[in-house]
Amino acid sequence: MIPLSWLLLLSAVLFALGVVGVLVRRNALVIFMSIELMLNAANLAFVAFARHLNSLDGQVFVFFVMTVAAAEVAVGLAIIVNLFRLRETVFVDEINLLKG
Amino acid sequence: MIPVLFVAFAAILVVSSLLVILHRSPLTSALFLVLAFCSLAAIYLLLHAEFIGLVQVVVYAGAIMVLFLFVIMYLNLGRDVESGVTLLLRRGLGWLLAAVLVAEGVVLVSRGLAPGPATPPELGAAAAGNTQQVGLLLYSRYLFPFEVTSIVLLVAMIGVVVIARGRREAAPAGGAAPAAVRSGAAEPPGEDA
Repeated sequence: MIPLSWLLLLSAVLFALGVVGVLVRRNALVIFMSIELMLNAANLAFVAFARHLNSLDGQVFVFFVMTVAAAEVAVGLAIIVNLFRLRETVFVDEINLLKG
Repeated sequence: MIPVLFVAFAAILVVSSLLVILHRSPLTSALFLVLAFCSLAAIYLLLHAEFIGLVQVVVYAGAIMVLFLFVIMYLNLGRDVESGVTLLLRRGLGWLLAAVLVAEGVVLVSRGLAPGPATPPELGAAAAGNTQQVGLLLYSRYLFPFEVTSIVLLVAMIGVVVIARGRREAAPAGGAAPAAVRSGAAEPPGEDA
């Protein structure tokens, strides 16, 4: 039997790693992967609470989160591909056209 | 046995996610992310969420990561160049913020969160038909969100086709628009350097 607090701690660590990835890296693709890590941390918390409360609603929510994540990744990668065609870079530091 | 397996898979998960954000090559990062998703799927299986575990492998480790790898190879990305004082400063701040975040989580879990009612020992017969039960819930109580999900996917699909097609049809309309785009693309890198 896995205690709920272990799962929540693992979820917190996973989320923090995703935050570090978003803040530290410059590559837009790696930033996207870090966002995926954060979504998965939320999913883990959902499943942990679903198990703890002995209810399946959390698992249904994870299903919805996965669908939204798939849509988000597809749109985001299309934007990155377009950006690369326009600017020849995926580094977010160099994409500063809106900067005054 | 289950706690031992959980600790092992959690260790794989944390180490591979750490490598995702630390490795210089985006391709290696993506492959470590696949490993992280697979170990997360194993943790879902340990939690008796069989359907979610398998969907995690099929959707995340399968579809989404293939999309990532396709884009990385399509753009032909090499290793990232990461240097500079501002980058060091940002890196320090990022790790500091993450440490604060984890410490907050530890405090909340250890003190703020009351244990509540204990987790039921085993689901027994319910665990056997996890997919069936999730499906029943999905098609009864969550029918409307489920249908909205299909619209979300449709909108995303159309949006991706429109975005990824680029501005190809702007060329026959007038010669000025592509030229403006090209000069806009050529100028700012010189400004950065």
